[in-house]
Amino acid sequence: MAVFLIRRILSAVPLLFGISVLVFILMAVAPGDFLDVARSQEDIPAEYIERMEEEFALGEPWHTRYFIWLGNVVRGNLGESWIYRVPVTELLAQRVPATLVLSALSILFALCIAIPMGVLAAIYKDSVFDRISSLFAYAALSIPEFFLALLAVMFAAQTGLFPIGGLSSVEHEFMSFWGRMADYAHHLVLPTIVLGMGSVASYMRIMRANFLDYIRSDFVTTARAKGVPEGRVMFVHVLRNAINPLVSASGFILATLLSGSILVENVMNYPGLGQLIFEALMRQDEFVVVAAVMMGCIMLMLGNLIADLLLAWSDPRIRLEKN
Amino acid sequence: MVKHLLQEILRRPLGMLCLSVLGLLYACTIFSQFLAPYLPTDQDLEKAYHPPTRIVLKDWRPHVQIYEQVDPAAARYEPVHGETAAISFFAPGREYRLWGLIPAETRLFQVEEPHRIYLLGSDGTGRDVFSRLLYGAQVSLSIGFIGICITMTLGFLLGGVAGYFGGRVDFLAMRLVEFIIAVPSLYLLIALRGALAEHFEPEQMYLVIVIILSLIGWAGAARIIRGMALSLRERPFILASEVMGQSSIKVLFRHFLPNLASYLLVAATLSIPAYILAEAALSFLGLGIQEPGTSWGLMLQQAQELKVFTLNLWWLLTPGAAIFITVITFNVLGDVLRDIVDPRQQMIKR
Repeated sequence: MAVFLIRRILSAVPLLFGISVLVFILMAVAPGDFLDVARSQEDIPAEYIERMEEEFALGEPWHTRYFIWLGNVVRGNLGESWIYRVPVTELLAQRVPATLVLSALSILFALCIAIPMGVLAAIYKDSVFDRISSLFAYAALSIPEFFLALLAVMFAAQTGLFPIGGLSSVEHEFMSFWGRMADYAHHLVLPTIVLGMGSVASYMRIMRANFLDYIRSDFVTTARAKGVPEGRVMFVHVLRNAINPLVSASGFILATLLSGSILVENVMNYPGLGQLIFEALMRQDEFVVVAAVMMGCIMLMLGNLIADLLLAWSDPRIRLEKN
Repeated sequence: MVKHLLQEILRRPLGMLCLSVLGLLYACTIFSQFLAPYLPTDQDLEKAYHPPTRIVLKDWRPHVQIYEQVDPAAARYEPVHGETAAISFFAPGREYRLWGLIPAETRLFQVEEPHRIYLLGSDGTGRDVFSRLLYGAQVSLSIGFIGICITMTLGFLLGGVAGYFGGRVDFLAMRLVEFIIAVPSLYLLIALRGALAEHFEPEQMYLVIVIILSLIGWAGAARIIRGMALSLRERPFILASEVMGQSSIKVLFRHFLPNLASYLLVAATLSIPAYILAEAALSFLGLGIQEPGTSWGLMLQQAQELKVFTLNLWWLLTPGAAIFITVITFNVLGDVLRDIVDPRQQMIKR
């Protein structure tokens, strides 16, 4: 177990190096540098800019700059954001939890809908429910997230049932603790549904296919022959096995969620990591881009790691040490 | 093989339906200049956010209802009772060049200026949404095909070479694949676009999008093709051709390619939606096709205004429906194709 963990974490290191180098190169290829914005702002004193130029060696080629940045990172200094005039670490501390909560809720939402639907579709195969749910899966996979987000905003604006965007309302500061939580929840409903919709369909299809696979396997026939009640066969013997592939699919689904969150967060004005990356890239806020992209990749790797650990826990046939 | 496949698709009701929908969409795209009453850039600032015009029958000929603006701020239009303008079919209008080559002036339908026909309403500068949808389809419907051709070629070459030769080539190619897959794709798309775009003219954005989509898209295909090549290379007929002294390139194209063709076809059909969606997403973020060009994603970006949501200007969201229909058709067609090509998969599904 420990060996597996250490190996996985070590193998992530070169990947993260690669990503940071790539982002640096891409930012260097794009014309202009990130101080262009700062220079055009009158309220930033010239000495400050000069100090920054020196500190991050802007005149140097990208590889020199990269190593200086790396040195700063090792000392815990991720640089500063030009848009917000705060250290990048502070910015990430605000944004990452928001996206984490959104992604986790979306996965949870997807699982809660997809498992029952997939199971029912498999048990009542070829029934009306099966047809409708597979039609729904096609639709959910084919609708662009940003279009769904637009529709959700339209729905919110027309009915007034939900806020049109954001993370919290204006009077948030004056609410009690539970009031605040309810406020967050109210704001999270639509983004969660929008972001999770595609995953519902993916999970559901996997669930149905696996359930059908296991229904025909020998151990199910044996259980039935021994006289185990049908409900117990389905929900204990079959379901227990069919759930494992869902866990291993979660890593892939998390990747699509992180991509999708850029679009959904932009449309619904949700202050998360995706919105931050997009805004920073547009305004060449270099340190924010590098740190936020790395953060997204770290989240993805951690998600994959957790999925692997969960799979090992739920499927004892898998021995992590052998991987 | 293509003929046989086509027959098999047409035998299935779903396949038939998908092919006809796609055929219709592509026909509309190819003849968009003839079908669209206006150019995508034709503005009419006095008719901003015009609702879809009603078509009425008068003397047994279709006429278009004329509207007057009641409240410019709220974009409210009221039909003027009894006033209509005749729709003329196959009438000559402003000249255009069909496919940029053939000079022509006939359009399917139009109304006399200064009246306008808005089948799907107008946008913030009074441009016809219906015409823009047709012209935008040229981008959305072609980008998938062009992208997939490049991706599948790259995927086949890299995956095939990696699987066939193995060793260091394989190691390097697979680390590259893992790297690309380890980053959420939209992060990479946006970053690559940021680096590339400034070196191209805004009119060349189409090219830029194709390049960056292909640069990222090949990874998934290459990995699967490598796996298939690994198992193929142990098969007797490959060994035989090697023993007989066929060059590696010949083996790759003569023996690997035909054996991977059906997988490539299914994978291509199933990946086209990803390209359409990625182009739409990029354009939607303002990073794709630029004005004065048009694409479905760009149209949706322009619909992203509070006015649209509060006044319920639903017709500005029709490009989303167009994307949805195209993507769902390709998805269903891909699944039908997979069932035909790979009956084993189908058995699992049943």
